[in-house]
Amino acid sequence: MAEMTAPTTGPTTDMSQWQGSLDELRGLVSDRAMTGETMLLNMGPHHPSTHGVLRLLLELDGEEVVSCLPDVGFLHTGIEKNIESKTYEKGVTLTDRMDYLAPMSNNMAFNLAVEKLVDLDVPPRGQVIRVICLELTRIQSHLVWLGTHAIDMGAMSVFLYCFRERERILDMFEMLSGQRMMGSYFRPGGVWRDLRPEFLPALEDFLDYFPAKIEDYEKLLTSNPLWLDRTQGVGIIEPDVALAWGVSGPSLRGSGVNWDIRKAMPYSGYENYEFNVPLGEHGDVYDRYIIRIQEMRESLKIIRQAIDNLPDGPFRSENRKFVPPPRTELGQSMEAVIHHFKLWTEGFSAPDDEVFVAIESPRGEIGCYIHGTGGTMPRKVRFKTPSFMHIQAIPVMSEGHMIADLVGIIGSVDIVLGDCDR
Amino acid sequence: MNIPDPLDPVAALNAAHPDAIKDTKTFRDELTIIIEPQDVPTVLRYLRDTPGLIYNYLSDISPVDYYPEYDRPARFGVSYHIYSMLYNRRLRVKTFVEEDEPVVPTATTIWPGANWLEREAHDMMGIVFDGHPDLRRLLMPADWDGHPHRRDYPLGYETIQFSFNVEEIMKHKPFAKE
Repeated sequence: MAEMTAPTTGPTTDMSQWQGSLDELRGLVSDRAMTGETMLLNMGPHHPSTHGVLRLLLELDGEEVVSCLPDVGFLHTGIEKNIESKTYEKGVTLTDRMDYLAPMSNNMAFNLAVEKLVDLDVPPRGQVIRVICLELTRIQSHLVWLGTHAIDMGAMSVFLYCFRERERILDMFEMLSGQRMMGSYFRPGGVWRDLRPEFLPALEDFLDYFPAKIEDYEKLLTSNPLWLDRTQGVGIIEPDVALAWGVSGPSLRGSGVNWDIRKAMPYSGYENYEFNVPLGEHGDVYDRYIIRIQEMRESLKIIRQAIDNLPDGPFRSENRKFVPPPRTELGQSMEAVIHHFKLWTEGFSAPDDEVFVAIESPRGEIGCYIHGTGGTMPRKVRFKTPSFMHIQAIPVMSEGHMIADLVGIIGSVDIVLGDCDR
Repeated sequence: MNIPDPLDPVAALNAAHPDAIKDTKTFRDELTIIIEPQDVPTVLRYLRDTPGLIYNYLSDISPVDYYPEYDRPARFGVSYHIYSMLYNRRLRVKTFVEEDEPVVPTATTIWPGANWLEREAHDMMGIVFDGHPDLRRLLMPADWDGHPHRRDYPLGYETIQFSFNVEEIMKHKPFAKE
């Protein structure tokens, strides 16, 4: 048994079975934890309000959080490593599974990086379809966030309403790709297939139906005194602190920093759409909530403009060095058979050089770094994911708060552990 | 508010820290500045704090392994992707470290958010960040052997079993024998 100081105060516990050593925590928790003056408590990895498998080692003084040590890695699946042994097109399938609540955003970051690496253009129709999907993804991700965040704070009904609406979006994704969530719909050069005839009517229906639903959520929460008590002034993060800790997306804009990559460095034709970037002023849980609600409205505006200006033409690049030909061509053209065979067995080559692309996912900045080998598989793929940075910043926001508020703070930065651990 | 004109990062760095920049390269409009590992904190701090540059946001720290053959200065590359919100531009600061001494000074003194990024680079690629406050493994278990994202670290596929190698495979299967 390792040597340790017996607790002098606090609850008496039978330490005879204790196998570990508190020494490895020295410097990470305060010295008061060593004497038992404060309590060490494990939260997770199976705690429902951690939105996945996040473990927090909390040091508590009564109900107050003295220090908080996040422990991640329970959902590490080696996606980046696995992509190194796949061709670029096959790698798309794995990126879906990182942030499983916003799969299309991951697809987008990876595909943009691949397209930049090999210098491949996306036709206008493909770009607009991508924007529609990205904004639908943003709405559905915010819906899951709103539902789970509200249920953490004790508002059960919002959760059910949110999932009802989300199901309609997932049905539309199923029309597009055949899959509700992991569609791998975006491919290098465009999207996998054109919009199905039933998709646009369903989307129109949704655009008519959804604004009233946002009103409903706001009626339930926005001026609800219980909700205000739980969220206002909780988990404040100052703008300069947020920047230093790498916070991005709605969580950063909640602190009033006007940085949205869709505006700052537009990709996929975002410069052609008119939308606002909602900003908060206090940087607390409530502001982050308001911003996400507003973002859903802005997303609807973008989708409206995208449908109105949906161009005709190809949905995927016709550069046959990178994009396989459609099946219909295979029976008629020898050239098409050769391209099909080469692209599906060997894949396309990319230069031995590096690119970094960042996009605005529902959670924040998701960056993709790809280093090619000159061959058909990448040397290194790395994703900089917003949840990773946000979990790192949770201690900054939560220290000094009550443990009940911690649950709200974790919810408010919108973390997905698949996104963090990859 | 009076915003100073943007400066060219390469020219400004050359003027302030001559000899810091070893090389520059532009690929697909992305500017990369290559520096020595020991210059990382000075250069990053200069790029963050100088009026006209203000690269105030650390997007990512991306390590890359050039194993087995490379025409680069050393086996590992470590890229700092930094972003200037004021001038809306990105920059990659890259350094190379050798396999037998993969040490880079920490950037946590400049951005506290570099903490986990460096821990992950340490965990996955085995880069050591000198001066890091808490350089433990982040994603892999604490007692894990090796650094999974290195190119010489196997993916761990199951060997295909034939009649001639079945005994060899059974030897290292994890289930209990006899």
